[in-house]
Amino acid sequence: MTFRFSALLSALLLGAIASVAPTRAQDRSIVVASTTSTQDSGLFGHLLPLFKAKTNIDVKVIAQGTGQALDTARRGDADVVFVHAKSQEEKFLAEGFGVKRFDVTYNDFVLIGPKGDPAGIKGKDIETALKAIQAKGAPFVSRGDKSGTHSAELALWKQADIDIATAKGPWYREIGQGMGAALNTAAAMNGYVLSDRGTWISFRNRGDLEIAVEGDRRLFNQYGVMLVNPEKYPSVKKELGQAFIDWLISAEGQAAIADYKIDGQQLFFPNAEKKGS
Amino acid sequence: MPDQLSAWQLILSGDPALFAIVKLSLAVSLSAAALAALVAMPLGALLALTRFPGRFSLVVLLNALMGLPPVVVGLAVYLLLSRSGPLGAMGILFTPSAMVIAQTILIVPIIAALTRQTVEDLWAEYRDELTAMDVGPAGRMATLLWDARYSLLTALLAGFGRAAAEVGAVMIVGGNIEGFTRTMTTAVALETSKGNLPLAMGLGLVLVAIVLAINAAAWGTRVWSERQVG
Amino acid sequence: MRAPVSDLPLVLDNVSLQAGATVILDRLSLAIAPGAPTLIIGPNGSGKTTLLRLCMGLVRPSAGRVSWGGRTNSAPVRRAILFQRPVMLRRSAAANVAYALAQAGTPRRERTAHIANLLERVGLADLARRPARRLSGGEQQRLALARALARDPEILLLDEPTASLDPAATRAVEEIVRMAAQSGIKIVMASHDLGQVRRLAGDVVFLVRGALCERGPAAKFLDHPTTQEAAAFLRGDLVI
Repeated sequence: MTFRFSALLSALLLGAIASVAPTRAQDRSIVVASTTSTQDSGLFGHLLPLFKAKTNIDVKVIAQGTGQALDTARRGDADVVFVHAKSQEEKFLAEGFGVKRFDVTYNDFVLIGPKGDPAGIKGKDIETALKAIQAKGAPFVSRGDKSGTHSAELALWKQADIDIATAKGPWYREIGQGMGAALNTAAAMNGYVLSDRGTWISFRNRGDLEIAVEGDRRLFNQYGVMLVNPEKYPSVKKELGQAFIDWLISAEGQAAIADYKIDGQQLFFPNAEKKGS
Repeated sequence: MPDQLSAWQLILSGDPALFAIVKLSLAVSLSAAALAALVAMPLGALLALTRFPGRFSLVVLLNALMGLPPVVVGLAVYLLLSRSGPLGAMGILFTPSAMVIAQTILIVPIIAALTRQTVEDLWAEYRDELTAMDVGPAGRMATLLWDARYSLLTALLAGFGRAAAEVGAVMIVGGNIEGFTRTMTTAVALETSKGNLPLAMGLGLVLVAIVLAINAAAWGTRVWSERQVG
Repeated sequence: MRAPVSDLPLVLDNVSLQAGATVILDRLSLAIAPGAPTLIIGPNGSGKTTLLRLCMGLVRPSAGRVSWGGRTNSAPVRRAILFQRPVMLRRSAAANVAYALAQAGTPRRERTAHIANLLERVGLADLARRPARRLSGGEQQRLALARALARDPEILLLDEPTASLDPAATRAVEEIVRMAAQSGIKIVMASHDLGQVRRLAGDVVFLVRGALCERGPAAKFLDHPTTQEAAAFLRGDLVI
């Protein structure tokens, strides 16, 4: 190895290091802890460029389950949280980690199942459907990851008067992963799974699955946004974070959300509290 | 990145998002390899050349640490760099810098252990001559490290390979943020979880091809150099 | 600045060296004075290599004393040793010599001249840029000599340097050794080749089983040995 080669190698490695070194400059960016469903459905892919064009603020999205997103914020590692599990969000607020909660939009869940429909639930309401699945022991995939979808699923079992913690058997598969992974697993084992509509529409690996139950009011899924409390973590970028929240609930942001469609279908229905109402 | 296109179409069309991901993967793993070598090679040489009580246990420990699970390293670094952690004020969580730190920690053991073995073997050969020339401890380290440079390049590649292949550490400390901390491995994990299996596989193959190319280039350089310098 | 003190006479005083249960050197007393080359001969396993390493300071005796010019703790500043199989550094011939010069403390600006000089002296001037590991056995041994001479030694120890070389290479090495001796360097050389002893030696040291058996001026030893073992050895018998 000549000196020239070593020099070249060193230059390459130094260049690599320089490109990943931390920048001291005050960059206009915020970290938003959100859910895998908002990422996987493509909503952020649609919204963030519009926000950046208007405000020149980079939004860095960490997509985790709702529970994990709130925990990230509790550690001060995010500026804003955007999740969909109202009870968990209110607990977060009560603990003093959030400033104020705003409704942003809702989408809905759908119960996905195999075309063969072993539990015979197609077209029924969600309560009846869940009861049938549990009674027949039909394979059911649960997110099992403290996510908003997981919380909603648990709430639905409860509404159906089923104590899932004791009633679950080998038919109930908790995988502790995101929505895409849950759908993959359901496709592979021809089972039922609760999914948000947005992820389902963009999901390509459907196998033998189709929508079994939809439209039930109990399947509506509310998203909320909160600024992480700068009194707990002075490092929170409160002006930039608030700018993002303000935009989401503004007429412009709400219109952008409504505009987002996959295959011509609107996925998210904005419902922020209108000012002055 | 559009979902429907295969990975190869993305490459051929010069998709900027894909190239950004590849660039970041290489920058992070190459940086980690360089920084790890800076620490690990002198450490390995030191272990090879010195004798002190507990040396044997340290050597065994170093060999064992080669198997550090990436996700555990990632978690440890996350807890260190979190705002509520001791180094939170640095503010580098969820940035490429954090990813480099995690990967550097991950691969120091493998580079150090390989260096130690190489230098120890070479010392056995050089011992008489270097002692006869009255070469001091620092001189020995420098001479042996330079003369062992081909084997050390292999050790560097081994470290780079381990870094480029892992996903656990960079996922946790980087956050897989689109456009900022998404690497090839985290992109593969993401596309898999979304059900885009063909795209995920394609990305995986691109990663393998790149790592193979780097290894081939290094090996070719070594062969060429050996012909020059023996 | 070279050390003003001398390493000669090199005195071994009742030196023994043991490795575990094996006795390698047995109560050896020897004085090496400046002058013509001293050749060390003896059957395999008689301790020649260990004796040379002891004289260099690479090993310490288990019993007895080694002193260089009266000092027992002398840094090997003006001593050099050549091993039977030299180890070349992974760089060019010239770079190997440069390394030796640097280790010996030669100032940087003087090195280029010295390198050219030394390579000339050992007949390797044309091969200066060749990778040292790709030189032939004889060339490598000559390069090792250049490295040793780079230390401007007072004493040059050699451990059977031509044992693996062909006659032409042997002659080249012997020529360099002879010229080094003529320039005032004390040569202490182990040899297996009685012809070489005749060609080079001033005096001969004959070892058997780690002990000094006989010593004397070369011509006298070779033609009129006083001990039975020496006579047997010179006849070509196996001396057990």
